[in-house]
Amino acid sequence: MKTLLVLLQKEFRQILRNKAILPLIFVMPTVQLLILPLAADYEIKNIKLAVVDQDHSPLSARLIAKISASGYFRLTHYGNSFPAALHEVELERADLVLSIPSNFEKDVFLENKGNLQLTINAINGVKAGLGGSYLGAIIRDFVPEIKLNNQLISAGKAGIETISTAWYNPYMDYNMFMVPGILAALVTMIGSYMTALNIVKERESGTIEQINVTPIHKFHFILAKLIPFWVIGMLMFSVGLLLVAKLVYGISSLGSLWLLYAFLAVYLVAVLGLGLLISTFSETQQQAMSVTFFFVMIFMLMSGLFTPVDSMPLWARMISYLSPLTYFIDVMRLIVLKGSQFSDLKPQFLIILGFALVMNVWAVRNYRKTN
Amino acid sequence: MKQFLIFVGKEFKHVFRDQKTLLMLFGLPVVQILLFGFALTNEIKNSRVFVLDYARDRDSRNIINKIESSTYFEIYGVSANPADMEKAFRSGRVKSAIVFPDHFANSLYHQRRTQMRIITDGSDPNTATTISNYLSTLVNDYQFGQLPLPPGAIQLRTEIRMLYNPELKGAYNYVPGVMALVLMLVCVLMTSISIVREKENGTMEVLLVSPFKPLLVLLSKAVPYLLVSFFNLVVILVLSVLMLGLPIKGSLALLLLVSTLYIITALSLGLLISTATASQQAAMLLSLMGMLLPTMLFAGFMFPIENMPKALQYISNIVPARWYYIIVKSIMIKGLGLSAIWKEVLILSGMTLFLLALSLKKFKIRLE
Repeated sequence: MKTLLVLLQKEFRQILRNKAILPLIFVMPTVQLLILPLAADYEIKNIKLAVVDQDHSPLSARLIAKISASGYFRLTHYGNSFPAALHEVELERADLVLSIPSNFEKDVFLENKGNLQLTINAINGVKAGLGGSYLGAIIRDFVPEIKLNNQLISAGKAGIETISTAWYNPYMDYNMFMVPGILAALVTMIGSYMTALNIVKERESGTIEQINVTPIHKFHFILAKLIPFWVIGMLMFSVGLLLVAKLVYGISSLGSLWLLYAFLAVYLVAVLGLGLLISTFSETQQQAMSVTFFFVMIFMLMSGLFTPVDSMPLWARMISYLSPLTYFIDVMRLIVLKGSQFSDLKPQFLIILGFALVMNVWAVRNYRKTN
Repeated sequence: MKQFLIFVGKEFKHVFRDQKTLLMLFGLPVVQILLFGFALTNEIKNSRVFVLDYARDRDSRNIINKIESSTYFEIYGVSANPADMEKAFRSGRVKSAIVFPDHFANSLYHQRRTQMRIITDGSDPNTATTISNYLSTLVNDYQFGQLPLPPGAIQLRTEIRMLYNPELKGAYNYVPGVMALVLMLVCVLMTSISIVREKENGTMEVLLVSPFKPLLVLLSKAVPYLLVSFFNLVVILVLSVLMLGLPIKGSLALLLLVSTLYIITALSLGLLISTATASQQAAMLLSLMGMLLPTMLFAGFMFPIENMPKALQYISNIVPARWYYIIVKSIMIKGLGLSAIWKEVLILSGMTLFLLALSLKKFKIRLE
């Protein structure tokens, strides 16, 4: 026990002494957490619309007015030549071209049907899909309005009416989704890097040999490496959750904070264990960093931070289930946004406990005091 | 010149001796392209739906079957107990639920109208919107089959044409983005470390007392990574054409040329970081934490830049990846030429000159 305390003192001193790293550990995540959710707004709005109006009729004007009034679209080009509008798309000045053919009004009033054409820049498939379906919905809504002004008998709203409600986030605020996720990713990045680099640094500068020749048990040595970063991770998370998320974004956890911290405690052990494991395999800081980066990158992309895990093909979902970050982001969102309880989260807890055990046992076994 | 080549040779040895770092250098781009191309998509597929069915009639069953048979959804469970539905939401198993009220079909046939409710998990707003759109479209399709249109109704047909990417593949958007991301990160990280390591190990002293010019020390550090990145670029392009089916509509030579410019921009940024920091750890943290998420977000391939607050839109202007992303999209997918991208090329060149000049100015030839 005494050995451990002395070792801990050494580690804390080394960390606190380093004036270049310490601010980086706390300031950069805070700044990123402040800025990134503002940037990560995936709500589709401000879609740039070019209109090719060859009809120039009151009806086409009404349709355009209705679309502009919806708030999703911004009219950036209006003309009557289709190639000109297409050129706007090429230059990214328009995402969507709505073409209204000549005789549109006549066809609608005389034959009860009209044709419209929608040309969409589909490089970004999501934007294209959503933009198309919004415009489709607006045009559908427009149909009864034509009738009304035309004194036709309105058939009333026949059929199945669907009413949509969004639970847990009724204003559909994208920050609610991104902030917990980004915080989880930042804690993971910092935690795994710091541990991985720390041990390798001792190896690179040769001080690890001095420790190896002492009777310090490797278990103590590793524990003394883990505890400081565990504490830092907890602190960093608290700053992010209680200061940034709460004060800046007004997100406070619906579920129990104890539960969240309990999960974080186990999760940090797993992540630090991963860093440790990587460090036992690397000789230089560059190696440790490259390998950690390799994993963190895959974790970030596969964890459902940006794109839903459910949409991935089966093999990719398997990879995503192998990443501890997937469970942490999941649990963060479940507890913070939905107020889930322990009984809902048992599987995630068990899995992360398993990760923590496997990583650390493997790391301790793999750590050699002799070269 | 001979001296320079010897130095470049030395740097190459440093790079290739370290196999674990090579894993990242060459493995990461391949893994990323494949992951982005095949795995990352915002499309809704196999999304689990909970059904709260109070009606239990023919129409509710038909609609459930219709939803089940679509590729977007699978039915997670059917029950008449709202507690089951809440439990499914809270455990994160389902993203949406539909509720059929009592007498669902009855009111449809007798009063010609009926209601049903779609509940989505709003914690992921975009997925929620998409799911709710898809579900109501499925229901609409169903009712068109069931109920005839009233006479005199106006039909507006909208014909939709998708430009450039008719199958709405995610890869068309992600591959140019990943190119921007991978090239940037690999170059910045590797160069920034390479100089700081010499400082940390003390070998920098040896370099400084040599008659070798500081400018050439910096350049010889950058050359190996330039070649490695160029190789990566070619691998990425080959993979995306052969495996992901992406086109290269424009000129390949132009694409390679501009990409080289971008690589040089990234290398200069790495050099700047390395001259400004004192330890490998600081350099890594700066280039990783400082570069990874901002490049990912501000390049514009994940999140639309026009949605960001004005201040961030200005910040995004100084992220080189943003301009490169536009260039790649224009050349590869739209097939445009230099006339469409000269502005972006000019910006990248300007950035490169600025970064190089700054890092050269900051490069200290004295030890502290």
